[in-house]
Amino acid sequence: MTPEFKGLLLAAVVKIVVVFSVINVGVMLIIWQERRQSAFVQDRRGPNRVGPFGLLQSVADGVKNFMKEETYPAAADRILFLLAPVMAFIPAMLGFAVIPFASPWPGFDFAMPVLGRFVSAGVVPMVMADLPVGFLFVLAITSIGVYGIVLAGWSSNSKYAFLGGLRAGAQMISYEIAMGMSLIAVIILVGNVTLSEVIGRQQDSMWFIFPLLIGFFIFMVSAFAETNRLPFDLPETESELVAGYHTEYSSMKFSMFFIAEYSNMITASALMAALFFGGWDIPFTTWDEGDPSVVKSLVTMVVFGLKTWLFLSLFIQIRWTLPRFRFDQLMHLGWKFLLPLALGYIMMIATTVWALDALGVAFGIRYALVLFGANIVLSYGLFWVLDRDRLFGGSRPGNKRRIA
Amino acid sequence: MAKRTLEVDLATTGVDAQGNPITLPLGVDADAAAQASDGPALAGEHMLINIGPQHPATHGVLRLVVELDGEVVVRVIPHVGYLHSGFEKLGEYRYYNQLIPLTDRMDYLAPMSNNVCLAMAAEKLMGVEITERCKVLRVIACETNRIISHLVWLGTTSIDMGAFTPFLWCFQQRERIYDLQEMWTGARLTTSLTRIGGLMADIPDGFEDGLREFCKTFPKTIQEVDSILSNNGIWCGRTQGVGIFTAEQALDYSLSGPLLRASGVAYDVRKDRPYLDYETYDFDIPLGERGDVYDRYMVRLEELRQSTRILEQALDRLPDGPINVDDPRITLPPKSAAMSDMEAMIFHFKQVMEGIPAPVGEAYFSLEGPKGELGYYFVSDGTAKPVRWRVRPPSFINLAALPAMCEGRLLSDMIAINASIDIVMGEVDR
Repeated sequence: MTPEFKGLLLAAVVKIVVVFSVINVGVMLIIWQERRQSAFVQDRRGPNRVGPFGLLQSVADGVKNFMKEETYPAAADRILFLLAPVMAFIPAMLGFAVIPFASPWPGFDFAMPVLGRFVSAGVVPMVMADLPVGFLFVLAITSIGVYGIVLAGWSSNSKYAFLGGLRAGAQMISYEIAMGMSLIAVIILVGNVTLSEVIGRQQDSMWFIFPLLIGFFIFMVSAFAETNRLPFDLPETESELVAGYHTEYSSMKFSMFFIAEYSNMITASALMAALFFGGWDIPFTTWDEGDPSVVKSLVTMVVFGLKTWLFLSLFIQIRWTLPRFRFDQLMHLGWKFLLPLALGYIMMIATTVWALDALGVAFGIRYALVLFGANIVLSYGLFWVLDRDRLFGGSRPGNKRRIA
Repeated sequence: MAKRTLEVDLATTGVDAQGNPITLPLGVDADAAAQASDGPALAGEHMLINIGPQHPATHGVLRLVVELDGEVVVRVIPHVGYLHSGFEKLGEYRYYNQLIPLTDRMDYLAPMSNNVCLAMAAEKLMGVEITERCKVLRVIACETNRIISHLVWLGTTSIDMGAFTPFLWCFQQRERIYDLQEMWTGARLTTSLTRIGGLMADIPDGFEDGLREFCKTFPKTIQEVDSILSNNGIWCGRTQGVGIFTAEQALDYSLSGPLLRASGVAYDVRKDRPYLDYETYDFDIPLGERGDVYDRYMVRLEELRQSTRILEQALDRLPDGPINVDDPRITLPPKSAAMSDMEAMIFHFKQVMEGIPAPVGEAYFSLEGPKGELGYYFVSDGTAKPVRWRVRPPSFINLAALPAMCEGRLLSDMIAINASIDIVMGEVDR
């Protein structure tokens, strides 16, 4: 083995181990945060007994789930029933592979007593796999996650689970379209789908949340639907379908669905941070864009973690605030609102970009600001539609009806 | 189109002439089903699904056999009786005062309303006039229980729609009333508050202040729930236009309580046949316009505010004086007297061993319970036990409207409608 190959291998293995464990520990922490934050919203205390501040509550729950009995419904398709949680779990872990989580690590060249010399070829990008297909890979992988849920619903041979599985299938496919459409705007602006390129473009101009405000909005709504979080948790709907697709699951098989849901959330949040909030970019400074160093890598990693965590907190806060959609309303929102909006948005962004290029404006802050202005104009109209005249028009009393 | 016959065990089976059990065929006509659903009929089988008796959204052991075309409810058959306890029959073997613990267990979300209703019905039968203080205390009992019942309704309904947070806000406030109930009666759930001719105990020290404090701070919670739900687009989408019942339909189905008022019929026993001097209290009856789930929600929300208003007035006017009637045949003498005074001991003995005899006749008394018109009916043959005891349970009668409200709608709507009816299975099954 050449030192270069060994260096490549070392970097890859370390990154995989670190990211995998960070995600899994992150899932545990996020479950804890969800419970604490919901407690905060609901004037309760939440879990605070196991470990400091109850931080080890998820560990205790995990141990409990390991100990619990594995049950199989008598009429279940045993193979698919066992396979379904795995099929939901693996894509949830894979999605993170293409997301850069820090600025590049400086190249290394060192020798170890038995193993010999390790050399990296240039800087080490802090992404597990900087695939040329970029975030399309994430979309593809999350589509596979649907199979786990649909198969779970089908193989349980339970009517509740079946309805949950059907809902999940329809919902996730519908919102994937809107999600993909919202990302086309990003592609237009970047001209590439590689996430490191996306982040680089944002460093050149400004975070895409500004020039692609509405795109972010569409993406966020779709991400909520894709991760089956409230207000889109129709595959679960504990009040209608008992527990939806995982009604018949127990112990670790249930846990895997649970972990998959949260790791999907982490991936979605990381993607939002990477696509629209500059990824690991630190705002108001170009220090992080210079020559790679270990400190820069670590600091940007923390910054990226913070951005992701903010979105996760948003996921949690929304879950404990909103009621749930009805299924036809969900479909209505996906197909009749988000999809036309996304299509119109693509047109608008494409036209503006074409006009800017024709005028010879160089890609940069001015370029982005013009797009931001276009977004503001559109969002005003959008608000007017969504708001049904409550804040702006003032002509109708809105949704609320008075009782005589 | 082919006609498909589903065989369903409806639990109300009889036997045919040969003594074989009859299973009622649930004939599913594909054409009728297509009419019931909104969209075009898709070829395919209907799915029969059991919602309950153990299901998070049936609020007890209600079993709904639902026939689904996709997610559209083609028909619903509510099955009751899983919590049947034979209270009405049990009542025929008990003295009137011994019935009171049974009433706790009927509408266990508002036990005091039931206690009061039973005592008032028995007093009507016996022709007993209760004291002024007792009247006001009974009003306090009824209204606090209206509040806790509506709070449970509000909380569980919001859970059924996926909003978990208002549930805990409501239950926290409910807990405060439970603390007060515990102060008063020693029990939180099964209060057994009333006795014929009065109450089991006067309110303890600190109760008045506690209730005043509650009345002062409670509207804030209503306001919070109001602001998080009433204007929420998703909440409005889930509730507005769902489960519409016109005033005429509501009267046809003999609905009562908030359900009837949401349909626009201004019927409230407190106003129309006042008892406990309700005519002297200043409060409003909220009315809905369209009779959908949203109106029922708004009506109940407003009733919470009105009940708080009544409570404040009741606290202001609470007179001093005895809580029990001054009649040794009806009211137990104090224990100290029973142990030392010959006459008191005789009355004590007579009451405990023989009960309170009622004159021959019958009596029906109804009050505005949290869930609707709650009525108790007694037939007496002159002994101390009723010959017949019959309850008019508002949830049972309201529940009968469920199939009419949800057929042709989506499964999620059925959950919302079922929640809006506000049933409590202890009362439905008795």
